[in-house]
Amino acid sequence: MENNLQVRFRSFGQYGIYLAFLIICLVLAFSTPRFFTVSNLLTIGNQVSINALLAFGVTFVIITGGIDLSLGSMVAVTGVVAATFAHPDTYPVIVPIVIGLGAGLGIGAFNGFVVTKSKVPPFIVTLGTMTIGRGLALILSKGRPVSNLSDSFNFIGGGNVLGIPFPIIILIVAFIVCSILLNKTILGRYMYAVGGNEPAARASGIRVNNVKMWVYTICGILSAMGGILLTSRITTGQPNAGAGFELDAIAAAIIGGTSTSGGTGTMTGTLIGALLIGVISNSLDLLNVTSYYQQVVMGVIIIGAVVLDSMGKKS
Amino acid sequence: MPILQVSNLTKSYSGIKALDNVQLTLKSGEVHALMGENGAGKSTFMKILIGLIPADSGEIILEGKKLTGSRVNDIQRKGISMIHQEIMSIPELTVAQNIFLGREKEITGSQTGWLNDGKIRQRATALLEEMGVTISPDIKMKYLSVAQMQMVEIAKAISNNAKVIIMDEPTSAISDKEVAMLFNIIRNLKAKGVAIIYISHKMDEIFKISDTITVLRDGKYIGTKGASELDERELIHMMVGREIGSMFPESNIEKGREILSVKNLGKRNSFAEINFSVRAGEILGIAGLMGAGRTEIARAIYGLDKPDNGSIYLDGEEISIQSPDDAIKYGIGYVSEDRKGLGFIPQMSVQGNLSLGSLSKHKKGIFINANSEESVTAEMAGNLRIKSSGLAQKVTTLSGGNQQKVVIGKVLLSSPKVIFLDEPTRGVDVGAKFEIYKLIHQLAAEGMGIIMISSELPEILGLSDRIMVLSKGKQTAMLSREVATQELIMKFAVE
Repeated sequence: MENNLQVRFRSFGQYGIYLAFLIICLVLAFSTPRFFTVSNLLTIGNQVSINALLAFGVTFVIITGGIDLSLGSMVAVTGVVAATFAHPDTYPVIVPIVIGLGAGLGIGAFNGFVVTKSKVPPFIVTLGTMTIGRGLALILSKGRPVSNLSDSFNFIGGGNVLGIPFPIIILIVAFIVCSILLNKTILGRYMYAVGGNEPAARASGIRVNNVKMWVYTICGILSAMGGILLTSRITTGQPNAGAGFELDAIAAAIIGGTSTSGGTGTMTGTLIGALLIGVISNSLDLLNVTSYYQQVVMGVIIIGAVVLDSMGKKS
Repeated sequence: MPILQVSNLTKSYSGIKALDNVQLTLKSGEVHALMGENGAGKSTFMKILIGLIPADSGEIILEGKKLTGSRVNDIQRKGISMIHQEIMSIPELTVAQNIFLGREKEITGSQTGWLNDGKIRQRATALLEEMGVTISPDIKMKYLSVAQMQMVEIAKAISNNAKVIIMDEPTSAISDKEVAMLFNIIRNLKAKGVAIIYISHKMDEIFKISDTITVLRDGKYIGTKGASELDERELIHMMVGREIGSMFPESNIEKGREILSVKNLGKRNSFAEINFSVRAGEILGIAGLMGAGRTEIARAIYGLDKPDNGSIYLDGEEISIQSPDDAIKYGIGYVSEDRKGLGFIPQMSVQGNLSLGSLSKHKKGIFINANSEESVTAEMAGNLRIKSSGLAQKVTTLSGGNQQKVVIGKVLLSSPKVIFLDEPTRGVDVGAKFEIYKLIHQLAAEGMGIIMISSELPEILGLSDRIMVLSKGKQTAMLSREVATQELIMKFAVE
């Protein structure tokens, strides 16, 4: 028999993150007049976009019960690769984009291949890829930033459409596509099944390895989107870029309610998680809190979110 | 004086009574069976007894002293221990270390943090010897069989000076030989004056081992009777509150063409030279002791494991199955004995689980056609009479019987021609059992070939047209319904 209170508490755990996000926004809106201005909100959206893209990717992976630590390195590799083809008066802008995305797809597929064929835990495999990726980025760029990029390439991360920063548009489109993929397609359903109970998924006739190949590959593509966006924004392909990005992305997914043991999670949750991280660092900036303290606050929020989530589940 | 006296125990969850004025009187040295369908309140009752959850009202008197507001550890020390259905032990520690886990200081008699594994080992050895169990105290827990783990749990209870030991479905995952060993230990415990509360769905066992039977239904106390005063019919009547008639439906189903046949199938260290076939409308039973290779054969045919040799024919043509999705495409279904491990996805709803094996039928490009998925799963849930608050209910919140129906439904939705049912009624209550039997018959009548693996001989005898008996991976007999008896099956099963 289920207790009413328990049900209510669980649903609080489920929606707690949305509530927390709302409350924090309201408090900020009243306490810092600069927070709730169009320009500041667009700034937040712009800042959040890269982390959100990576977080969408890693959400797929975590739902299947895996993890991907190579996101940050993929950002660097794909950024450097794209930048190499983005010098002015060389190729049309579509070329660096396609090649950058292709690089992400390749590395993601490599992750998926090793994870499915070797049975080595994804934590270890992607830890290796993280180091390999960083090395590749340094090799391809000969250790130097790749600069002098075309204006049309720089538009991706720096341009506006009807006053809205282009990264926000990319973010919205990616969110919609990822949500549909997760909720409306057979592949999405299989992701939940594989993460929920892999042997049962296999016994139900699901090709578990195919599903895993897909999620790591998709994660690679989304990381490449992040890499291209970052490169375009800072107008340079930086081989050292993206270090630690994987942790922010994983944090966004977890704050948004994705369980690290697999089988649960939503794109909306992850988006809110990424926004929450963005809003908090933005507001701490506005409140002139130094970045040292910001890190402490962020850590407390990550733990708090998971505690809230597990309390909701326990009952 | 009774060793344990429970009276007027009541527990509600948000106004719904899970237990309503339940009573129980336990005498020293008796095996007291606690019976009831799933959801009757047995587990709530036991959770209260061991201090896991508090009661709303009522009294528990252990050896004349009232138990109040205690925690699990205190109650264990006072003498009530429970052997759980799912055994909780630390796999990387040894048997001895597990038995005295949390009590290292008591054993060594020292208040420092230093371990004295020698002393722990000594105590464990003596304990196991006294029980007549041949398990080395030095072996790591992870190398033990389920039955052996159970023995260790019992040893732990004895070392706690348990006066009351609760056993929850202790035989659900152990072989017949091990059951005999368990029953010996129970008899020894009885002789020492330990009282045992025994929970099981297996009727024959209840009558074999218990002295007294108490029945609960819908959280209410129905009655207590001596085991010798009751027969199976009366007991079932008390449990379900209605007459069930014969458990097994009458059968005279027309047999059709041969669907599946297996020739000389073998897998090293599991089974060898297996030959059988099943026809449309036929129910083939597979009997044998635990470890005889029954499940392994089903797994090999279904593509979960790879057989080493032999061939499989479907509708007369040889087929090759590499993985379960191949098997499903060929029209072979498998309902696993391991419902939690291989049956369902715990985070998913009833609908999500039902449609999982047949989503390709609801394909619209890469998308799922939600309407067709819903209507098909709703129809299946209705046909199987799955009791839930709706298709969106999480599968883990259903009773065992309904979970089993979901798993069966999932397999049926992939439209198999032949289906393996591995222990289809394990951990399922009497009412649901009856419904599953009817369903098996209905499927056979519709022309499906059915291969049923079961450890419950009455079930095998009541349903099968033919019975294949296995012993140590070898096929020892193929008996027709007319000649098969429990004795004959057992004879071939131990051959």
